[in-house]
Amino acid sequence: MGFLGTINPSSWSSYFTHNHASWCKYIRYPTSISCKQPTLFTSHRFKSVKPENQLDSMHNGNDAQVLNFPGGMVKFTPDLKFMSESLEERIHCYRVLDDFGQPISNDFVQIDEEMAVKMYKDMVTLQIMDTIFYEAQRQGRLSFYVTAIGEEAINIASAAALHMDDLVFPQYREAGVLLWRGFTLQEFANQCFGNKYDNGKGRQMPIHYGSNKHNYFTVASTVATQLPHAVGAAYALKMDGRDACTITYFGDGGTSTGDFHAALNFAAVMEAPVIFFCRNNGWAISTPVADQFRSDGIVVRGQAYGVRSIRVDGNDALAVYSAVHEARKMAISECRPVLIEALTYRAGHHSTSDDSSKYRPVEEIEWWRVARDPVTRFRNWIEREGWWSAHAESELRNSIRKQVLHAIQNAEKVEKPTVREIFTDVYDVPPSNLSDQEISLRETIERHPQDYPPDCPTS
Amino acid sequence: MAAAVTQGIGATAALSSANSNKFQFTTRRSLSERKGSSFVIRSDGNPRVDLNQHSNRTRQLVTNAVSTKPDSASASTVSKPGHELLLFEALREGLEEEMDRDPHVCVIGEDVGHYGGSYKVTKGLADKYGDLRVLDTPIAENSFTGMAIGAAMTGLRPVVEGMNMGFLLLAFNQISNNCGMLHYTSGGQFKIPVVIRGPGGVGRQLGAEHSQRLESYFQSIPGIQMVACSTAYNAKGLMKAAIRSENPVILFEHVLLYNLKERIPDEEYVLNLEEAEMVRPGEHVTILTYSRMRYHVMQAAKTLVNKGYDPEVIDIRSLKPFDLYTIGNSVKKTHRVIIVEECMRTGGIGASLTASINENFHDYLDAPIVCLSSQDVPTPYAASLEEWTVVQPAQIVAAVEQLCQ
Repeated sequence: MGFLGTINPSSWSSYFTHNHASWCKYIRYPTSISCKQPTLFTSHRFKSVKPENQLDSMHNGNDAQVLNFPGGMVKFTPDLKFMSESLEERIHCYRVLDDFGQPISNDFVQIDEEMAVKMYKDMVTLQIMDTIFYEAQRQGRLSFYVTAIGEEAINIASAAALHMDDLVFPQYREAGVLLWRGFTLQEFANQCFGNKYDNGKGRQMPIHYGSNKHNYFTVASTVATQLPHAVGAAYALKMDGRDACTITYFGDGGTSTGDFHAALNFAAVMEAPVIFFCRNNGWAISTPVADQFRSDGIVVRGQAYGVRSIRVDGNDALAVYSAVHEARKMAISECRPVLIEALTYRAGHHSTSDDSSKYRPVEEIEWWRVARDPVTRFRNWIEREGWWSAHAESELRNSIRKQVLHAIQNAEKVEKPTVREIFTDVYDVPPSNLSDQEISLRETIERHPQDYPPDCPTS
Repeated sequence: MAAAVTQGIGATAALSSANSNKFQFTTRRSLSERKGSSFVIRSDGNPRVDLNQHSNRTRQLVTNAVSTKPDSASASTVSKPGHELLLFEALREGLEEEMDRDPHVCVIGEDVGHYGGSYKVTKGLADKYGDLRVLDTPIAENSFTGMAIGAAMTGLRPVVEGMNMGFLLLAFNQISNNCGMLHYTSGGQFKIPVVIRGPGGVGRQLGAEHSQRLESYFQSIPGIQMVACSTAYNAKGLMKAAIRSENPVILFEHVLLYNLKERIPDEEYVLNLEEAEMVRPGEHVTILTYSRMRYHVMQAAKTLVNKGYDPEVIDIRSLKPFDLYTIGNSVKKTHRVIIVEECMRTGGIGASLTASINENFHDYLDAPIVCLSSQDVPTPYAASLEEWTVVQPAQIVAAVEQLCQ
């Protein structure tokens, strides 16, 4: 592996010598790379463009083989040869457990019983919560819902590898991260029903969770707009010298947006401690990845931006945990972005507004949901470790099911936010035009109460 | 030949008399709800060099920072002579003072660092504060605006510079869907105190793409505030106010006004974001304008005074929300309104302002509101053609004469 030219890792260093004091305050010294060497992926290049080991000899340069173009030194070649559009072999995928939960690797971050059991419990909770909430939508009690079926390992294992200080910028299929951090089932239900206990005060669709207490930034419906946010937040963390990073999640579809490109580019240039976590689940609503991009997935794009990257088996909780754990260390200690592509399968529909059997075979969906279930796989591992049993399993599932149903029933009964909340938080303080619009609305409701919903309190 | 479009808008008949009473503005509620939204801080330090040491601070509430005489450069609230500088330097001074005062303030934009900004508003700041606080970005407006939003939600106070306001069209998604929205949709959990600023408006033969008036496109976005500066004095004051505001603020500067020279006070001052500026009190007609058109209006005012008219000129400054208090008081006095703007006829600030005044003050109008705007065309390059798309003083004079018959 090599680069085509010498890239000065910090072209900012000359500027910093002018401002040494501010430099020390704002830049952290990179410590030695604590992670394993990046031999986890291989790549092949054509001979003629392979950079030789004689990179050093270029510096002594009278060599007519190199020239110092802006951007660094490049060696010349007389061969008219194009780089292939794809590598000979796809980038290998990091995996710790096989399909039956047997460890096949020694190279992973060990977790203890307490962590493993909590991870498993949260994966089950996420699965049950998704199933019941989805059914509630089908029954007409919820207007909308999005499940993370098939991605429980991604949700929980990545959250488990982070610290509470790390800032999370989600897309919309990462409720498990919030669950791990302590968001209760009741709080999830409150947001979905948009009642007065909702953090968002009833202003967003279901599953658009947000909690500053848990460092989980409110979900926005726009695709991949959270990527630049995560870079900006990482930049803020870097300026404050905090021992934390940001992580942002997005799907395979989100990588086609302009924001993806620019965010990765920025993060690399700005050396921001951000983890870019791509959930490559094969589908963007009905668009399969073959119609989304022609590159070898997302992992190969990292290098294009100068971002360290890895491909992991997204249905392997231990692999996801290890990858995020190491990525976090790298991001913070070396102040650099890291790209993780987790391969997985979207075993549910895109949302309750979608019926994916219309564009993919039902057998395929079933196979991934059952035979490749990340929850089952992880359970096999912890059972083998002696940390779990069938009895514990049924107890857990019954208990969670009851709790979820209870949460839904409670949330349904709670009243909605008042009319006042239509007008607050647009600005820090309502300006006069909004106050007048509120007065106007209230008067209209008073005059025509039969035309307005009865469960909408006006005070 | 009148080249810009004028249009009288008939009084709206739809409003019942009951509704019109609701919109009498006797108090400024939004002002009173905020503490110390505009004040003058006395400083013993030399404000041009070392703004770090402010020892004795006394706060006074100044409700109106205005310039009362048409020809005087600025209103000095104290007898100190002040110092002279150009408008872009005033912007920089305001920015620098805020960066000194609060270490969370940072600047993000293209070529703002060592290049000093394409209009030199950030000149010298990178040397003083370092590359992280004055951040040069790659060319992706949607992305660095998004970055600023993320940084703001995490505690920083970024000032985003669009090299030209027109480039911020690329950031429209982030500005509309995230900047304006996330405070609301998160239930108030995350605030976004960003300032988005840059030069806009019709310049000298910059071509259509570099002559955009973004205030018309942005004015509908809930959750943002918009202000336009026009003098060195209000440029500095608005810059400081925008940075201190907890809401996202878009500060519109004008390419042709950067070299205006003015004498501004030495001591620190911050203006109110929601206030209009009384440029010239008068009795016959209210002329509402902002940014560069203020100077065309004042030029027309000179001619009008010579012809015996007494126009009242108000620089509305606050484009969102409108300062209907100041505007309303003026309408009640003169009963005639002309709006002079650089926006296009359709959907511009003038269109909204016309609707707003009609809705709130139509009882006080003796004649339909006249709105002078640019035509609904992309700005042509040729100098003569470009001149004809911008409202000229002669047209303003003609419009006043016609209105005051």
